[in-house]
Amino acid sequence: MSSTTFEAARELAAPSPSLPRRRRWRGGLQGSEFTWAIAFVVPYIGVFVAFVLYPVAYGLWMGHSPALYSELFSDPIYLRTVVNTVLFVGIGVNLKMFGALLMSGFFMRKSWWTKGLLLIYVLPWAVPALPTFISIHWMLNGQWGLVNNVLWDLFHIDGPGWLDTSRWLALGSVITTHIWKWMPFWTVILLAGRMAIPQELYDAADVDGATGVRRFAHVTFPLLANLYLICTLLSTIFVLGEFNEVYFVTGGGPALSTHVLATLGIRDAFQVARPDLGVATVMTALPLLIPLVIILMRKLQTTEVQL
Amino acid sequence: MSAVTADGVAKRRPNYRLRRKLTEAAAVAFACVLVIWTVTPIYNMVFVSLETHGDVFTSNIWPAHPTLKSFWIVLTEDYWYLQYFWHQFANSIYIGAATTFITLLVGSLASFSIGRMRLKNGWIVSNAALLTYVIPASFLAIPFYSIMIKYGLANNLWAVIFAEVTFATPYAIFIFQQYGVSIPIELDEAARIDGASPLQVYLLIYLPLMAPALVAVGTYALLLAWNEYLYQFMLLSSVKSMTVPVALAQFLNSDEAPWNYMMATAIIYAIPPIAVYYAFRRRMTAGLTMGGVKG
Repeated sequence: MSSTTFEAARELAAPSPSLPRRRRWRGGLQGSEFTWAIAFVVPYIGVFVAFVLYPVAYGLWMGHSPALYSELFSDPIYLRTVVNTVLFVGIGVNLKMFGALLMSGFFMRKSWWTKGLLLIYVLPWAVPALPTFISIHWMLNGQWGLVNNVLWDLFHIDGPGWLDTSRWLALGSVITTHIWKWMPFWTVILLAGRMAIPQELYDAADVDGATGVRRFAHVTFPLLANLYLICTLLSTIFVLGEFNEVYFVTGGGPALSTHVLATLGIRDAFQVARPDLGVATVMTALPLLIPLVIILMRKLQTTEVQL
Repeated sequence: MSAVTADGVAKRRPNYRLRRKLTEAAAVAFACVLVIWTVTPIYNMVFVSLETHGDVFTSNIWPAHPTLKSFWIVLTEDYWYLQYFWHQFANSIYIGAATTFITLLVGSLASFSIGRMRLKNGWIVSNAALLTYVIPASFLAIPFYSIMIKYGLANNLWAVIFAEVTFATPYAIFIFQQYGVSIPIELDEAARIDGASPLQVYLLIYLPLMAPALVAVGTYALLLAWNEYLYQFMLLSSVKSMTVPVALAQFLNSDEAPWNYMMATAIIYAIPPIAVYYAFRRRMTAGLTMGGVKG
């Protein structure tokens, strides 16, 4: 019975030239079907309106007063926070993505142990963020932390207080934590991208005598560049709003010197009890965030199939 | 001429073999560094959890008197900070399960309507979803909190569930639409001709065929809800409504943080997601790369 249905369906469904891949239901939606379609999409629209649109509008309204921004720009802590955010995103994302690019090449090796190594390597991504950040926080403790204990046992060096003496050490710790946590994830993504490159291209390059660096520069990278760019953009957007890493590794210290916009905003809102100032703090990221989102959307639209 | 080639090959071969061995050795050395780099924070977690309370504040790099006592104390709630551990654990499970279910339901219904039934102007909805995906959750947190108070959901688990659903559904819709393209639309049409209602098509044809995508997105939503901290911290304030990560972070603020208990709690809390992750790793990576690679 079902086979005849299929045949009938096939005969009826003459391919429409305008929509070759994703055709609408034949004849459009009729009568009650339209009601069904609306009913199916209403739950998500409800979620979107109640929990995205309304909060966004409310946030814009909360942070609309220009006085908030003049208050922010005259605050040295805020200015330092902006510098921290730029450093964290700029250095963190790029080091991480470049590392992931190299690592994905390493995991293309066909040794028997690379697969097992990959399982260990993705652990930071698999383990929930919070426990590991708390662990890193304690590991970097100047007095009793594992890092300084190891430094003392091996080299008899008194390690510094990584998190509570210097802004740069603390910020470096946060960036290192970020790379530790997220490099595996992007490595897996880039690895999938590399695997999608047809082997024939490498064979052709082999015939032409390209090896090592030249093979990478002339075959791998041009084919991976787009994916790399999209990943970097996406990662930049995500990291701009990163909260947990800074909050748990340094807590914004020493002396509020390592806050980023997200943690400072939450601090303003909940510890200082100035939600409007908190909203204004995170809103100042929009001039950077919006262009990035627009570029990303453009990129995604133009690169549907091409890898 | 042939002699020259033979000679060249004979000269080159040992050199080539040596180079190959050297690269292999370098790779192994690099792998060792990589393992140390990856495992150290996790080792630290395990190591501290096995220490006795007094040993935490010494300069050991492995547990001098390894003991499982910390785990036992956490499991029996035998410390004043851990009084409601199992209650909080159940809260985490409840939030994870509800988030997964609602995300799958709302996401699959929406993408069925937009992607299969081709609801007019449905692209607006999917673009709105995509835009939500790129709003950093922490930027939306403060107004979200104010609004949850207005909705009367302060200190309520459902506030957190709605928050997690909000941030998981866009990804769900995106993946479902990508995956849905691979299911022939003729199936829907055949069912319609047989007189199936859209609800029947959704339940009997769409959902079963979407199973791999459902698994991928379900895993994603579950892990998102289990691992998220900020919204749970903001929205849940009483000891009984808290989830494990919120309670765990409270330790940090106490004067004398019991690090061995904290790490034991952290490990117990981390085991379920790690198990889920490794069980569904392939499916999840497939889902992620589907989103990430194809765009």
